Amino acid sequence: MAGKTLYDKLWEQHVVRTQEDGTCLLYIDRQLIHEVTSPQAFEGLRLAGRRPWRATANLATPDHNVPTNPEDRHGGVEAIHDPVSRLQVQTLDRNCEEFAIPEFHINDPRQGIVHVVGPEEGVTLPGMTVVCGDSHTSTHGALGALAHGIGTSEVEHVLATQCLIQAKSKNMRVRVEGRVGPGVTAKDIVLAIIGEIGTAGGTGYAIEFAGQAIRDLSIEGRMTVCNMAIEAGARAGMVAVDEKTIDYVKGRPFAPKPEHWERAVAAWRELHSDDDAVFDREVVIDAAGIQPQVTWGTSPEMVVPVGARVPDPAAEVDPVKAEGMRRALDYMGLAAGTPITEISVDKVFIGSCTNSRIEDLRAAAAVAKGRKVAGNVKQALVVPGSGLVKRQAEEEGLDRVFIEAGFEWREPGCSMCLAMNADRLEPGERCASTSNRNFEGRQGAGGRTHLVSPAMAAAAAVSGRFVDVREL
Amino acid sequence: MEKFEKITGIVAPMDRANVDTDAIIPKQFLKSIQRSGFGPNLFDEWRYLDVGEPGQDCSQRPLNPDFVLNQPRYQGASILLARENFGCGSSREHAPWALLDDGFRVIIAPSFADIFYNNCFKNSILPIVLDEETVDRLFREVAATEGYELTVDLPAQTITTPGGEEIPFEVDEFRKYCLLNGLDDIGLTLQHVDDIRAYEERRKQEAPWLFETG
Ligand code: SF4
Repeated sequence: MAGKTLYDKLWEQHVVRTQEDGTCLLYIDRQLIHEVTSPQAFEGLRLAGRRPWRATANLATPDHNVPTNPEDRHGGVEAIHDPVSRLQVQTLDRNCEEFAIPEFHINDPRQGIVHVVGPEEGVTLPGMTVVCGDSHTSTHGALGALAHGIGTSEVEHVLATQCLIQAKSKNMRVRVEGRVGPGVTAKDIVLAIIGEIGTAGGTGYAIEFAGQAIRDLSIEGRMTVCNMAIEAGARAGMVAVDEKTIDYVKGRPFAPKPEHWERAVAAWRELHSDDDAVFDREVVIDAAGIQPQVTWGTSPEMVVPVGARVPDPAAEVDPVKAEGMRRALDYMGLAAGTPITEISVDKVFIGSCTNSRIEDLRAAAAVAKGRKVAGNVKQALVVPGSGLVKRQAEEEGLDRVFIEAGFEWREPGCSMCLAMNADRLEPGERCASTSNRNFEGRQGAGGRTHLVSPAMAAAAAVSGRFVDVREL
Repeated sequence: MEKFEKITGIVAPMDRANVDTDAIIPKQFLKSIQRSGFGPNLFDEWRYLDVGEPGQDCSQRPLNPDFVLNQPRYQGASILLARENFGCGSSREHAPWALLDDGFRVIIAPSFADIFYNNCFKNSILPIVLDEETVDRLFREVAATEGYELTVDLPAQTITTPGGEEIPFEVDEFRKYCLLNGLDDIGLTLQHVDDIRAYEERRKQEAPWLFETG
């Protein structure tokens, strides 16, 4: 019999019961909750007279709607200008209180984007099943966990039963073999993967990222890769546990207590695919060939190396694809054949659950240091992923580097990743963004998003256009 | 949840691939703490010429005459014909809520994004996967015939065209059962309380750190 994949192992450990048709009742170890996708779930509980099955298996924090402007932030929830946003954050607070769900409130130093907070606190751990009403929950798979996004009905289901009804996905492995060159980051790796397999390439699969270039990444880098598994269509992305994983978890506030630590580590060391495991699909990518990436269109698969030109729909044979490309170019205000390095930017956003951890800020600061944001750039935002990331960055003096270069240093939250708060693009504005989605209107109606790594975003900010960060 | 058995309705074509959930319901409408009322904001950025904000009276807003769902012939449609990877992007359940609120009960496409597909069933919408060729043909038929209607029969798992042709489709047995009976998943799961408790007891022995509370 063939060996098991990492996904098979995680799955099997969590099956409560298998139904006649093969779908399973899967036990959920941890649910993260934020203000946008939870109100209707709590309302559902209330209407049915139900209580959470295990309240402390959940952790809530507001992130999507919170203002990141320091002045607006200091007044707390009451000071959120937008009444609808305020109501949503207040509703989260009320629900957590009523149902005894642990919450990091808006100005708790530990507040932040759910996917930054979970690993940082050790709330999400190797071997866990992790869910959240948010598609980028795949991030936590970087720790060797089975993590995926769910809808609001499922949030309610997990609250009420600590389980989820799930059909098992197929196994896919993406091996990034060899080493990446200098200046090529986790973000470039994952954008290159999506460029290769497409935004639907992982649909129906759980993806394990493997290979030398993935093992070489830090845990934070692996989070960036797993974060965007969903942009490749896969609900879950994951990386096998190794020494880096164990070192990362050690000492975090919610990590296993000392009396359980050794047993936990022993269990985690099993969290890798067996040598003879069989995958339904395997993709191999040569790391050495990956260049810094820039998206040019309105889907993450519309991506090219920075040295390339905007592609031409006329050269695309598939008519549906060609039409999609034309529409994207039209929306993005770009002409086919334009060199990427001739595209200038109006705004720069460094942040989001993809790239707002300390290493991301260090990489961006290294480029910003001693330089100035270009005159044509109207706004360059740096939004740390959590209060603790912010504090760490300030201890390292990164905030000074950014401010001296002309960036704005903000309070933690999702911010311009999806523009539910005041941070957004105006129609037609072009942005170099370290977030994960370049969909139409994502960063503000009519806004034009180009996805890049933190170093590339900082390079765009100081150059006023896209440049190859390796040539700065 | 409303039961789903058989419906006959007008088909509206959404002829683009990779229609994402930000397009289906832009994020400013996610601020609601309710489940209903999203219908007028379905495809908001394509549907109207101005920028939509929550709480507006949409009947006063300028419609985009070029947007397909604004054409008189597709008013009252309950079946959406779509292209590959429909519903990609965020996990927001507001997307199926908006489709349902605007009257859609069936979506036909060559493929769906995974979370969206799942969310549809929880909101009495039936997503149907048909092969590319058949979808292409339906697009042509819809374009050619004003008032084009399909009948979708869930128990029989068939789609019937105006010409009387029957197209079979696949649906997972359990999902079909829930849809037919309008069943709420939570109630079903709570029938297995003993299994959940037994699992927890076993796991507490195997992996006690998973039950620590920080
Ligand atoms: S940072 Fe962006 S992608 Fe991440 S959870 Fe927030 S809104 Fe979603």
